[in-house]
Amino acid sequence: MEVQKTALYNYHKDLGAKFVSFAGYEMPIQYKDGIVKEHISTRSYAGFFDVSHMGQFFLEGDETLADSLEKIIPSDLKSLILNHSKYSFLLNKEGGIIDDLIITKTSKGFCIILNAACKDNDVKQIEKFLNKDHKYFLNNDLSLIALQGPKAVEILEKIVPGVSSLKFMTGNNFKFDNENLYITRSGYTGEDGFEISIPNNKVEKLISFLKENKVNAVGLGARDTLRLEAGLCLYGHDLNEKINPIEANLKWAIAKRRREEGGFNGWDKIKKLIENGSEKRRVGILPEGRVIARENTKIFSESGEEIGLITSGTFGPSVNAPVAMGYINTKYAEIGTKIHLEVRGKKHGGKVSELPFFKKSYVK
Amino acid sequence: MSEKKFSKKHEWVSLDGDTATVGITKHATEMLGDIVFVEVPEPGKSVEKDGQAAVVESTKAASDVYSPITGEILEGNKSIVDDPGNVNSDPEGESWFFKIKIKDKSEFETLMNKADYDKFCAENPS
Repeated sequence: MEVQKTALYNYHKDLGAKFVSFAGYEMPIQYKDGIVKEHISTRSYAGFFDVSHMGQFFLEGDETLADSLEKIIPSDLKSLILNHSKYSFLLNKEGGIIDDLIITKTSKGFCIILNAACKDNDVKQIEKFLNKDHKYFLNNDLSLIALQGPKAVEILEKIVPGVSSLKFMTGNNFKFDNENLYITRSGYTGEDGFEISIPNNKVEKLISFLKENKVNAVGLGARDTLRLEAGLCLYGHDLNEKINPIEANLKWAIAKRRREEGGFNGWDKIKKLIENGSEKRRVGILPEGRVIARENTKIFSESGEEIGLITSGTFGPSVNAPVAMGYINTKYAEIGTKIHLEVRGKKHGGKVSELPFFKKSYVK
Repeated sequence: MSEKKFSKKHEWVSLDGDTATVGITKHATEMLGDIVFVEVPEPGKSVEKDGQAAVVESTKAASDVYSPITGEILEGNKSIVDDPGNVNSDPEGESWFFKIKIKDKSEFETLMNKADYDKFCAENPS
């Protein structure tokens, strides 16, 4: 498959980005300042992220559209208010997570933001449940820019008046340079901020404005350290088709009505898991000292029994310590439980920790 | 102290009598990015030429540090264990990784000089 590039590729290059292949795209992993500085400046000021590789999937249809989507997405889509967003997932028949996503109610139907690596398969999985009157398309003419950090609102308000009135997980249409933008107050860093859906031919203009306001570009490297400190999952690492939402500690993302009524892929299994609990569960892990427990690090009990596996682990620049998450036998999932982590053949101490590691500051 | 010599695995070595000081090059730190964890060997440990001797981790990944020379570890640099970011700021000075009592000075002579190493890096971008 040919390597894809976002509309901002050359802009990133001029900023000194180092690129990596990610989900078939050449994406900036970091810029000149490096991951730690990019991370810290996002938390203390603001940073922008080009996440245009993610799928912007639009669906249009009458009230039957929500019925169709509810068969694969366990949100309460029938009651979702216009311009409100929910975090959810696509489920397979065994209750495994095909992808995690943000779904927003639009005037014509819904917009779903999908992970880049999953988006083509996601569309195939979703279309199985649609009827001939439903229209749907992945819009590749739009870029997606995440602007994150405590100064994000003040800066964006200057050029897009009105965005400051958005509450967390809501969105609306705004005007910018005679074009329509759809902006939601959301993100994946644990900071206040926005995701801006903007035509490809306007994105450089927006970014130039952000740069003038001293907002630096942030690569996928810092996006990963930020989301991990915020306790958020990365699909393909913390979530996959063999993991269900109960194991992933994401029961909260299954709407109450849906938990009671069911009628979605994998409900039989999920219902049983809600009643009886799951064998393993996703938890936060804090290693002792400075040793980093990366993905696939084995977790042991204090008595030496193998009890789990790390799925994401790095050094958290704001926590100023290593942070990780992983799946652990539910018997050991209680916060504070002491564990051992096997790194390079040696066992190191650690404990099960609350998530997030870094307190979120969303505007509710 | 002798002039610095360099390995293809991006370590530098300087020699003072039969004591070699080993660290990672500026080029290596630029490839690694922000260094957030360092593990250095304990005194008394024997290391072989090109054998694994220390660990360096950046926000992105973990890498082994190899000893470009055979000998016995005299000392690991605790200051970079306590403050790994120092490796980024002064990789070829204060932020050495370990000192080693060498066995065979000829191993040192086979390493690259600065000009050859710079050429090697230019020809092998990664």
